[in-house]
Amino acid sequence: MPTNPLPHPDLDPVAGAIARLLLWLIALGSFGIFGWRVGCIVAQLRRARPENRFDRWGERIFRVFRDVLLQRRIFNERAIGWPHFLIFWGFVLYATCFNWSLLRGLFPISFIPYPDDVPLIGLGLEIFGVVVLVALGIALARRLFFPPSRLHLSLDANLILALIGLLMVTAVLGSAFRIVARGGHADAWAPVGSLLAPLFSGLTPATAATGSKAMWWTHMLGVFFFLCYLPYSKHAHLIVSPFNVFFTNLRPAASLTMAGVPEEYSAGASSWQEFTWRQLMGGFACAECGRCDRSCPAQNSGYALSPQDIMHKIKVHFLDAAVDKKAGHSPPAGQIPDGEITLAGGQIQAKEVWACTTCMACMECCAVWNEQIPVIVQMRRHLVGQGAVDRGVQDVLDRMNRYGNSFGKSDRMRARWVQNAKLKIKDARKEPVDYVWFAGDYASFDPRCEEITVKTAKIFQQAGLDFGLLFEGERNSGNDIRRIGEEGLFEVLHDKNLQALAKVQWKNGARTIITTDPHTYNTLKNEYCWEDPVRVLHYTELLDQLMSQGRLPVSRRVDLRATYHDPCYLGRYNGVYDPPRRILQRLGITLVEMPRNRGHSYCCGAGGGRIWMEDTEKVKERPAESRIREAVSLPNVSTMIVACPKDIAMFRDAVKTTGQEDKLQIKDVADLVWEAIAAEELQSAMK
Amino acid sequence: MNLIVCLRMVPDTVEELEIAADQKSLDAEVLRYRLSDPDEHALEQALLLKEKQGGTVTAIALEMPEIDDVLFTALAKGADRAVKIAGDWARLSSTATARVFREYLMGGGQNLAADSLVLLRSQASDELAGEVGVCLAENLGLPYVGVVTGVKVAGATLEVIKEFSGGLRGEFTLGLPAVLGIQSAEKPPRYVPIAKVRAVMKSARIETVEVPAPEQASVEMVDRLYKPEAAGRARMLEGTPESVADQILEILSQQSLV
Amino acid sequence: MANPVLIVAEHLKGELTEVTFEMLGLGRQLADALQAPLWALLMGEQVRALAQHLAVADQVFLVEQSGLQLPSPDQAAAIVKAAIDAQPVSLVLVAGTNVSLGIGAVLAGRLGRPYVNFCKSVTVEAGSILFTSQLFGGKIQADVKLPDACGVVSVYPGAFPAGPGRREGQPPIESLSLSAPSPMVQFKGYIEPETGDVDITKQEVLVAVGRGIQSQDNLAIAEDLASALNGAVCASRPVIDQGWLPLSRQVGKSGMNVKPRLYLALGISGAPEHWEGMQGSQLIVAVNTDPKAPIFDGAHYGTTVDALDLVPILTEKVKAKKG
Repeated sequence: MPTNPLPHPDLDPVAGAIARLLLWLIALGSFGIFGWRVGCIVAQLRRARPENRFDRWGERIFRVFRDVLLQRRIFNERAIGWPHFLIFWGFVLYATCFNWSLLRGLFPISFIPYPDDVPLIGLGLEIFGVVVLVALGIALARRLFFPPSRLHLSLDANLILALIGLLMVTAVLGSAFRIVARGGHADAWAPVGSLLAPLFSGLTPATAATGSKAMWWTHMLGVFFFLCYLPYSKHAHLIVSPFNVFFTNLRPAASLTMAGVPEEYSAGASSWQEFTWRQLMGGFACAECGRCDRSCPAQNSGYALSPQDIMHKIKVHFLDAAVDKKAGHSPPAGQIPDGEITLAGGQIQAKEVWACTTCMACMECCAVWNEQIPVIVQMRRHLVGQGAVDRGVQDVLDRMNRYGNSFGKSDRMRARWVQNAKLKIKDARKEPVDYVWFAGDYASFDPRCEEITVKTAKIFQQAGLDFGLLFEGERNSGNDIRRIGEEGLFEVLHDKNLQALAKVQWKNGARTIITTDPHTYNTLKNEYCWEDPVRVLHYTELLDQLMSQGRLPVSRRVDLRATYHDPCYLGRYNGVYDPPRRILQRLGITLVEMPRNRGHSYCCGAGGGRIWMEDTEKVKERPAESRIREAVSLPNVSTMIVACPKDIAMFRDAVKTTGQEDKLQIKDVADLVWEAIAAEELQSAMK
Repeated sequence: MNLIVCLRMVPDTVEELEIAADQKSLDAEVLRYRLSDPDEHALEQALLLKEKQGGTVTAIALEMPEIDDVLFTALAKGADRAVKIAGDWARLSSTATARVFREYLMGGGQNLAADSLVLLRSQASDELAGEVGVCLAENLGLPYVGVVTGVKVAGATLEVIKEFSGGLRGEFTLGLPAVLGIQSAEKPPRYVPIAKVRAVMKSARIETVEVPAPEQASVEMVDRLYKPEAAGRARMLEGTPESVADQILEILSQQSLV
Repeated sequence: MANPVLIVAEHLKGELTEVTFEMLGLGRQLADALQAPLWALLMGEQVRALAQHLAVADQVFLVEQSGLQLPSPDQAAAIVKAAIDAQPVSLVLVAGTNVSLGIGAVLAGRLGRPYVNFCKSVTVEAGSILFTSQLFGGKIQADVKLPDACGVVSVYPGAFPAGPGRREGQPPIESLSLSAPSPMVQFKGYIEPETGDVDITKQEVLVAVGRGIQSQDNLAIAEDLASALNGAVCASRPVIDQGWLPLSRQVGKSGMNVKPRLYLALGISGAPEHWEGMQGSQLIVAVNTDPKAPIFDGAHYGTTVDALDLVPILTEKVKAKKG
């Protein structure tokens, strides 16, 4: 027998003027508190640095659909994926029904039913009620018994879980009471309620009716409490994260260019007004799940950096300084030594900010799409602006400024490897070319990489590529200088490189630059201001193209079981995962993936200028060493293949320090391509 | 305090130095110059004194390739004035350099203010004819202490620390005005971001002055300049760490050290 | 007889410094070549007792005055000049050390004579003397001929052997009383280095660490080797500047001058300032991954194997050998 959709007069929880008045007062009060708090925060956010995230609405809406509604990244961690998805959609349903109930309670238009009384909705509420309770159980058990590391275990989180549980319980019990009040007949549209009703069969209909009203009020009060509490809790992420995703960065990954002229933003950020509103918002969108920390190579090595804490501390500083305007919001006593520069009102210490390798693992896995790296770089810019830079880094910056490379070698030595290998390579500034090869510092100067650079040159020659180098005209591309926070030096390098490239006479229309280093690739492709468009290719993309065009036939297959390490600036930053893999497959290599592959690749630890910094803290295990252990754990894999000169430097060192020289060799893609394509005589000549 | 820093560039030895055809000077074609480390320390010490005692810092340098960068950087670090002495000074001897600085400082019959302190680097590896600092002090008739690693001002008196060797240092006092040869400043030279230097390049000016070139501008007494022959290089031990360790052990045993 | 050769003796904390004997040895050689006497000028507060060590000289001139313990360059130069005004000399040798910095340049200026800095070697041929100085830390050498063998020469410490300059005796001493100018600089006192536990100048074996040791943690490897060889650890300036070892362990121009039987240099490039402090070592073995490091120019043996790999193995072998 279908339930009467119209509210049973005895079951209307808001019957009578007093009840209605109470509801009005509580509603106005809670919404008022909620609105007030949110309003205060938004008002202060608007006073922060501006940022244009109001373009490309279509794309933004799509992002919200994919990343918020479909909860895309939540599923990356299997244990909590489905539970959270269900809690999310349960919440959506319940929130909708709450508002419906509230409106119905505030405005007693008698022919509009309460949502519980609409069969389909009531069913939905019941099913989700149970499902969410189960999901909550899993979530709670996970928090209590097997929490992943760096998951922020707080009273706040448990309180919310309990609260949501209460909401579900009241909903379901309410349904049971209603069934008893209506005579105890099972209702196909209220299966759970029907299941529970017999437990309360002893109650009179009147008592049951009271019970159902009590459940309704408890439920509503629970939500009202949640509403007031939400802006003060980590569960603000409920309302903020959809906006966080909507206002996400649509420019190249972790873009460091900001609104305004460089003179304005290159001074960086320390206090809240210097961060952008979107950066500050991130702290509120953060659900304190700890995924960023778990994937962070600095955090895992034992450095002071926690991306989660960075977002949190900036939020705390913003709240203290701007929203709550606490007088003299000074840092906890004893934390900041005299004379040191303070960041975020003293919340953050310089060493946290310097530990970052800018690998983007945190941003890749953040389920609310927070942008930790621009925030960190902004703070580095501030430190650099104050001259608060380590001696070692200062020396690197001085050398970089004077010689255009970090090795302190004269710029005239940049292409010495060409002479050493007795190669003839065109000077792209003097002869017309199709391609300009921007080899980069490490490939040109580091003796560990020289052999690979020479092989790369020979591969290009064998493919009949018309390419040239810029010789002394080339400078460090500036990617990591920018990430250290020396924006002025980045500009100097940028301008000098563009000057050198302006001399190039490109043969065909397509002006193409090939890079060896993914860092070079990233900045040339995404951050340089090209007057005329230029195509930038990583050498693996080029080789992939050449091979598919048949210009590099494989004369002998390379019989190897190997794994491939995705470089951060090639993979996560620029989405280039497949070209290197295709190359290796064509060579006949059996590729075995490491657990942390593609977008989850684990940084070697060199990025963000870290390769130039000394370890001042006790390190548990360096990122490169962790990666070596990961590679070695793969069955029968003898080789780890990389596509970045800094990876070669870091991993060859790490193989030694972990004592795995017998188990694992590190090879570059170019090494293996050369092995496969070179004629016998050339091979033996190289040995 | 009237703090004056006389900066001088030295040939950058990152590249191979080449001898010019006349065999009496370095080949200017391949030569590049940079500010020496002790010069940076001299500037830093001046800035530190200004921060503590108040006053002005004037950075003075002879015109050389890329000297503008050096002077603008000094301004960006906190110097109040930057002065470039125009001319072709590349082949100037160190004693003549001291004379040029003196000409500028005392030119036009002016005297140095009573609270003046001139700071320079203590010595450099190209000062064949004598240390510029001590010659300048001599020319100015002022007291001089070199190899200074610490400076304190007490009224019109300076208390300085001079480094001897083996960690031994000496304390000296002298009155202002004076000349100090700085070995190292109390703090390492500060870093100034390039953005600031570029901003200073747009907003500030380097004063360019003319000073008559001294007689005997170049080093006459050098008979010839040349690169040393690589005299007896070490016997290199090759092989794996294991094998090299064995070889070293053998050598030590032969010398009865093990 | 030609005009004498004069050396300006240097002393510190009551003892003649090593370079004084080097100058005496060189001075003797030059004086003989010029067929001239060798004189030594000794100035200070109470230094008469030191004169007996200057017996290589034919004559010692003594100037004892208060306030002359560590004279400033102008003060010392004034005294030397006053002495020379009374009795002309041909060559004046001064020490090229921190202590005597500046004396030669001022003196040369006041005498109107040429000054030769950084003199590392001297060639006597057919009555004329060729002085060879090093510039740019040794990358360039300059030959200087002094007209009439007349001038002031700054002698690079450690470049000449001290042996020929050492002789005890009773050289004739002439006291000079010169009107001293009132000093513009006053010497207040010494600041002793931090008392190190170890006097590295007295060690037979030194294991020296440089920048190549990479981090403070790796010092332990060097310590192990040093103790296995009954020696001590010392370091080049960059390591001391980092604070990894105290000043008392610094070897170099601003540090100690050491002459052990074995100097094992780990990750040290061999910059001139460091080289100056240890070039007298009997056996120098250098470990540096850079085959072009200047230290290999002077070391007896060298290897480009990584010190961090080599040293633990070497330590084991040494311990095994000793039983």
